[in-house]
Amino acid sequence: MSKVNNKEKKLTNRRRAEFVWGWLFILPTLVGLIILNIIPIFQTVWQSFYKTGAFGRGYIFVGLDNYERLFSDGAVWQALINTLKYAIVEVPISIAIALIIAVMLNAKMQGRSAYRAIYFLPMVVAPAATSMVWKWLFNTEFGLFNHVFKSIGLKPVAWLSNPGIAIYSLAAVGIWSVIGYNMVLFLAGLQEIPKDYYEAAQIDGANVFQQFFKITVPLISPTMFFVLVTRVIGSMQIFDSIYMMIGTGSPALKKTQSLVYLFYRYAFVENNKGYGSAIVVLLLVVIMIITIFQMIAQKKWVHYN
Amino acid sequence: MKRNDKILKAVKHIVLILGAIMMLVPFVWMILTAFKTNSEAMQINPFVIFPSEWRTDAFVKAMEKMDFIKLYINTLTLIVLRIFCAVFTSTMAGYAFGRLHFKGRNFCFALVLFQMMVPGQIFIIPQYLMVSKIGLLNTMFSLLFPGIVTAFGTFLMRQAYMGLPKDLEETARLDGCNIGQTFLYVMMPLTKSSMVALGIFTALFAYKELMWPLIANTEQSTMPLAAALAKLQGQFGSNFPELMAASMIACIPMIILYLVFQKQFIEGIATSGGKL
Repeated sequence: MSKVNNKEKKLTNRRRAEFVWGWLFILPTLVGLIILNIIPIFQTVWQSFYKTGAFGRGYIFVGLDNYERLFSDGAVWQALINTLKYAIVEVPISIAIALIIAVMLNAKMQGRSAYRAIYFLPMVVAPAATSMVWKWLFNTEFGLFNHVFKSIGLKPVAWLSNPGIAIYSLAAVGIWSVIGYNMVLFLAGLQEIPKDYYEAAQIDGANVFQQFFKITVPLISPTMFFVLVTRVIGSMQIFDSIYMMIGTGSPALKKTQSLVYLFYRYAFVENNKGYGSAIVVLLLVVIMIITIFQMIAQKKWVHYN
Repeated sequence: MKRNDKILKAVKHIVLILGAIMMLVPFVWMILTAFKTNSEAMQINPFVIFPSEWRTDAFVKAMEKMDFIKLYINTLTLIVLRIFCAVFTSTMAGYAFGRLHFKGRNFCFALVLFQMMVPGQIFIIPQYLMVSKIGLLNTMFSLLFPGIVTAFGTFLMRQAYMGLPKDLEETARLDGCNIGQTFLYVMMPLTKSSMVALGIFTALFAYKELMWPLIANTEQSTMPLAAALAKLQGQFGSNFPELMAASMIACIPMIILYLVFQKQFIEGIATSGGKL
């Protein structure tokens, strides 16, 4: 009888200790998270109903004015289209290329780690620095790309100042910079696929393409889903390369500026924090809709064991 | 069959090499341009690929125009502070979320996940107003501020602790360790590789980050590297060798670190699905 009591006592002691230590351990993170992230979310939403008054007059409640303006603002709609266009080009192409490279590298072969290191290299350099290099490569008059174009008899292209082309140039830079990241995640996923699946397929006479589409793609689909969701969210926040490569006076700015770029301009250049907040709330809603849609759509194509 | 395999292997290498060349073009062109004179860089007929002489003038000029030593000190300070904060807060919280059972844990962890799913720009205006209110814009504190805690780091460390064998704590407890000692002496040393991965992520993120320092640290003396490049690229006008030299100075140290710690960089991302 007393033995049981003792055991119970020990258990409640243990529970109490876990409770105390648990809260102690998460306390710094929790406090930081609340101050740095949770409260700001509410503040941003709150702020989107206000406008910044002139000097010292604080905030003036304007109700839904910011949102009304948002919906009738052509620049915002264009920015949303630009952002989506960028994502639609960058994400699928970078995923497809990365998957193909990962499949090729997923075998014992010469130079494997050298290839891996090279493809991953753009991930470790600051976009601010590489954007300057890309801007130079894209230079209409003296850039390397147009020189190559001219030498094979093609007309030079205004990569960054032609409004119809610039967003695709930016997407190309995005693809270049993110392939390595996607590839590394795919390589990790590919290692989970049992080798005997391929051996069995080979015995049945399946060629490499059949193996790729019948074995690799279905079995890598959970990784693909993860990469897809995170990359869509990431690409929807494109800012660095636009800020660095498209000047404020560029004719292509209207057709390249993203929602985040507009947010930055309104909130911190024109100092209209209310309208900036409304733009970022719009971004949040768009990202949430796309993510929820992907969560639903995954049931159709992602195979979990 | 054998011959087919050989052809397939050759095709594979050709594709991979072509791809690798395309990945390297920007780096190669950056280096080649940085050692040219401006007139060589802008010469079209004939087009100059290699500099006639490997000049370092552009580097000297770039160093004169931008105080790279100061910028590197700022960036390094930021990286060290961010790593310290991230590792300190995330290992503790990761252990609690991954191994301890207590009331309120799941709700708090939901907050962590929620933070990770929301686009980061939503925090920026209030964060800026907070720092500005306490008068600490343009300081090391303002640079550090958004990275004092990290939801991603907490998540990463939780995964690391969850992956450890189950009976470790039981053994430690029978040896008379309390929970704090168990964490410090038994569990934490086992997650070293995840801590390294977290450190690398934190460093990379701090080094690449652009928008926050552009907003919070507008004075050149407290800017990190990336923001300074963005703000000051106009100083170089269209002197392309100087621009490329500046860009090289900003890239090369990280590239060297990467080549040395390649395994940790890549495996860190592979095992945790980093968020960069």
